[in-house]
Amino acid sequence: MLSTQPEITIIGGGVVGLSVAMGLLSAGHRVHVLDGTDGDARASQGNFGLVWGQGKGWNFEPYARWTSDSLAAWPEFARTLTDLSGIDVALDQSGGFEFFTDADEMDEFAGMLAQQQGHLGNRFSHEILSGDEMRKHMPGIGPDVVGGSFSQLDGHVNPLRFLRALRRAVKTLGGRVTMNATVQAVRPVSGGGFDLKLATGNKTSAEKVVLCAGLGSAKLTADLGFTTAIRPQRGELLITEKLGVRLPFLSSTIRQVDEGGVQIGGTKADVGMDDRETLDVMASLASHAVAVYPALADVRVVRAWGALRVMSPDGYPVYAQSHHHPGAYLVTCHSGVTLAALHASVLADWINGTSTAPNLEAFDESRFTVSTAA
Amino acid sequence: MKVVSRFQPPPESGPKVQFVFEDEQITAPQGISLAAALLAHSGNATRRTSTGAQRTAYCMMGVCFECLVDVDGVPNTQSCMTVVRDGMVVKRQIGLRTIQGGDYV
Amino acid sequence: MSDVDLIIIGAGPAGMSAAATAARGGLKVLLLDEQGHPGGQIYRNVAKNGTSRSWLGKEYASGARLVEALDNPHISTQFGATVWRLDDGPTVVWSKSGTSQISTARHVLITSGAQERPVPFPGWTLPGVMPAGAAQILMKSAGMLPRDAVLAGSGPLLYLVAAQMIDAGCPPKAVVETQTPRMMLNALPHLPKALLGISTLFKGLGLIRKIKAAGVQRYSNASDFRAHPNEDGTLAFSFQAKGKETHLNCALLLSHQGVIPSTHMTRSAGIAHEWNEAQQAFQPVTDDWGTTDRTGLHVAGDSAGIGGADAAAAAGELAALNILQLCGCLNSDTRNQRAAKARAGLLRARSLRPFLDAAYAPTAETLAPVDETIVCRCEEITAGDVRQSMSEGATGQRQMKTSLRTGMGPCQGRMCDATVRAILCAPRNTATDSIAPPRARAPIKPVTLAELAALSKIQAGAD
Repeated sequence: MLSTQPEITIIGGGVVGLSVAMGLLSAGHRVHVLDGTDGDARASQGNFGLVWGQGKGWNFEPYARWTSDSLAAWPEFARTLTDLSGIDVALDQSGGFEFFTDADEMDEFAGMLAQQQGHLGNRFSHEILSGDEMRKHMPGIGPDVVGGSFSQLDGHVNPLRFLRALRRAVKTLGGRVTMNATVQAVRPVSGGGFDLKLATGNKTSAEKVVLCAGLGSAKLTADLGFTTAIRPQRGELLITEKLGVRLPFLSSTIRQVDEGGVQIGGTKADVGMDDRETLDVMASLASHAVAVYPALADVRVVRAWGALRVMSPDGYPVYAQSHHHPGAYLVTCHSGVTLAALHASVLADWINGTSTAPNLEAFDESRFTVSTAA
Repeated sequence: MKVVSRFQPPPESGPKVQFVFEDEQITAPQGISLAAALLAHSGNATRRTSTGAQRTAYCMMGVCFECLVDVDGVPNTQSCMTVVRDGMVVKRQIGLRTIQGGDYV
Repeated sequence: MSDVDLIIIGAGPAGMSAAATAARGGLKVLLLDEQGHPGGQIYRNVAKNGTSRSWLGKEYASGARLVEALDNPHISTQFGATVWRLDDGPTVVWSKSGTSQISTARHVLITSGAQERPVPFPGWTLPGVMPAGAAQILMKSAGMLPRDAVLAGSGPLLYLVAAQMIDAGCPPKAVVETQTPRMMLNALPHLPKALLGISTLFKGLGLIRKIKAAGVQRYSNASDFRAHPNEDGTLAFSFQAKGKETHLNCALLLSHQGVIPSTHMTRSAGIAHEWNEAQQAFQPVTDDWGTTDRTGLHVAGDSAGIGGADAAAAAGELAALNILQLCGCLNSDTRNQRAAKARAGLLRARSLRPFLDAAYAPTAETLAPVDETIVCRCEEITAGDVRQSMSEGATGQRQMKTSLRTGMGPCQGRMCDATVRAILCAPRNTATDSIAPPRARAPIKPVTLAELAALSKIQAGAD
C-alpha cells in the first residue's frame, strides 16, 4: 500500500480490534491494525469461545438488547468470515445450559433470567429445568445437579480458529496488520489527527484512532481523553485430552471444543495481572465437571491456564468517542466473541457517524461519572 | 499383515507374564514395560491418530505420548510407563478415546 | 511445618547424588521419580542389571554405587511418582497409582534430567523410527537388542549406542553421521580446554575405533533425511552424502541429535530461563550451587544445562551441600571446603562440553526441517503450517500455539517446542534470544479430572 497515513488506525489486534477492523474495511475504509507482542496479556488467546446470551444484561437492558442483536447476527457473520478466511470457526448455536448444584444459586439465576426475559420479550426464550428433568433428557447428568436453565439461542465457536480467521479476513479485505507494534503513547495533534509512539521507538500517525487494546488500553485511555478504568479479572480454565464422542450438552462452564477437548471454566478472581493457574481452582473446576457429568471422571486434563478478562467498572462494554480529541474512539468489552458480529458490522456505522448507526449512548463512559458529578 | 519385531527377542531366562493384545496371547519377561513387550512382539503400529496415521512407541521415557494403548479398558494409557502384568488386556488406541454416554461423532 | 526438609524430583545421577549427600548431612529427604527404579535414563535399571548385560559398559555399571547410596534411613523414595505441579512454599503435587498427593518441604531440588532433542524429518513418525536413546532404554530395561538397525544423526550417544550394539553382538547396519567438517573446525578452538577431560575424550575415540574395527559402514556429512515405509513394514531410508542420494533399507532407524534439558517443570514453576546458544536450548538460570530466582527451588544436573552424568552427580552434590548450609546444618566455610572435590569434578566433566557442543551441533535441517515434515506429532502439524502461520503474523511460540495448536496435545510441546522456535528464528538470523521460552502450565503431565477433583476443598458451583 502506497499511502503512508492509513485512514483509521486500530490499536489492538485481538478479537475486538480485528472485528472492528473487519467492519471498517467492509465499509470501505483503509485500516491499519497495530498489534502488540507475543507475551502480552491476550484475552483472545485464553477465552472460552461462548456466543452467549443467558444472563447478559439482566439488570442493564441496553446490554441485553445489544447481546441479543449480536447472537442474531452471528450466522451471517460466520459465513462471511469463512468466505474471507477459508476457516470454519465451528459456530454452533444449538442452545446452552447453566448447571447448578446449589438450589439457592439456581433460584437467584432464575430470577435474573426472568428480568432478562422482561427486557427482551419474544426475542429471548429460556427454560428452567429440575435436575430430574435434565437427567431424563440427558441420562449422563450427575445426581448432584439440582437443576439449571436452558436457552436455545446460546452457542459457541472455536475461539482460536476464530482469532486466526479474523486475522486472515482482515488481510483478505486489504487491511494492514503490524505485529510487535505496541503503542506506548498517543499524542493528539492540534488541527486533528494523532501521533503514535511505538515501543520499538518507531512513530506513526493516524487521522482516526480506535483503541481496542484490551488490558493494554488502560495506559492509553488518558492520552486520548478517556476516563474509563479498565481492570483485569482472572478466569481459570482446564482443557482435557480430546474425545472422539460429543458431549450431549453445551454449558457456560463446560464445553467441548469441536476438535474434541473439553474446556472447563467460569471462575472469577481479582488478582491484578497475575494469570497463573492455581491448584484450588483447578481442583474445584474438576469437581464441578465430574459433578455435572460423572463420565468425565477418567478423562485427563492436559493443561490448565489463567487468562485475564478485560473489565470495565460495571462489566459492560464501553463504546465512547473522545470529546476532547475528535477522531479517537474507545471500544472495550469482556464479551468480544459474542459481540464480534456487531463489532464487525454496525459498529463501523457508529464510528462513521452515519444515520443508520446504532444508538450506543447507553454504553458511553459518561455512565461512570454521572453519579460522582451529581 | 504382521510386521516382524524390530528387536531381537528379550532373554529367555527369568519369570514371565502373559497378557492379551488384540486377541493374541503374548508372553513377556516380568518387569519390562508394556511398550517394550509390544515392540518385542511385532513391528506394527500400536495406535492410529485421529487422522488414521500409524504410530508406535517412540521415546520410551514418558515424554512423547506415542505409545498410547487401551489397557484393561483405560484408553490413552502410556504403555512405556506401564509395567506389563499377568492377565492384562491390551488393545490398540484407534483414533480419539471415548467416554460413556457420549454421542459418537 | 514441612513434611520433609528436601524433596528431590528425579532419581538420576544428580538426584541420587544430592539425596545421599543431603541425607548424610542430616536432612530428611523425599526422592520422587516417575520411573519404577532409580537411575534416571542414563543408569536406567542399573541395580537390577547388576553384572549381566556387560555390553552396556563399565561407565553404565558405575551408576550402581549411586543407587546403593540411597540406602539411608533419612531418604524415603517414591517410584512411579509423577510430579505435575510445583507451587510456592515450596509445594510439590505428585501422582502415583491414580492418586495425587501434596508434599511440602523447606527446599525442592529439581533434577528432572534431559530428553533427546526431537529429530524431525519426513517420515520420522513412522513405526520403526526411534531415537537412539530410546533403543538404548530398551537395551537397558528389557535386554532388547535392535535388529537390522541404522543409526543416523550426530553426537556422543550415537557412538556409544553403536559400540554397545557391537559388544552385544548386533552391530548397526550403518552409522549415518550429519557432522560436517565445519562443525569439527568450529570445535577445535575448544580442544585445549577439553584436555582437562582427556579421559572422556579418549573413551570417545575408543568408541569410534570400535565402530571402525567392527567394519560398520559409515557415512559422513549426511543430509536430507527421509524415511518411507516398505511393503513388509521395514523402512526405506534415504539421505544425501558426498553429493549423491543413498538408500538404505532397515527395520529400525535410530536417530539422534543430542539431548536438551527437560524444562517443563522448571518453566511451570516460574523459574527464569535463558537461551544457551552453544547447546541450542533453554535452561533455567541458576547460580554455582543450583539456586534459582524462586525461593526454595533449586535445579541441578542436565535439567540445568547439558553436562552429562558425571557433571550431574557433581552438581547434585553441590546443590545438596548448599541446601544443607541453608538449613543450618553446615556453615558456609564447611560447605565450601566439602564442595571442593565436587567442584573440581564438575569442572573436569564440563571441560569437554564446549568441544562436544560445537563438534556435534544439531544440523540446520534438524532444527528447522522442510515444509512437509510433521513437527507437532500430537496434532500432526507440519513445518509448512508453522511457516504459513508466521506469514499470517505469528511472531512467538504462544501465537503459534494458539493459531495452530502446536504443543497442545498430551506431550505438551516436548516434541515440537524446539522445532517451532527454530523455525520462528530462522528468517531473522539474529537475536535468537528475542523469542521467549514457551509457557509451561500445570499439570505438566496429564492427570484425570477425578484425581484433580479429589484435591478439591471447595465444591465449585456454576458461575
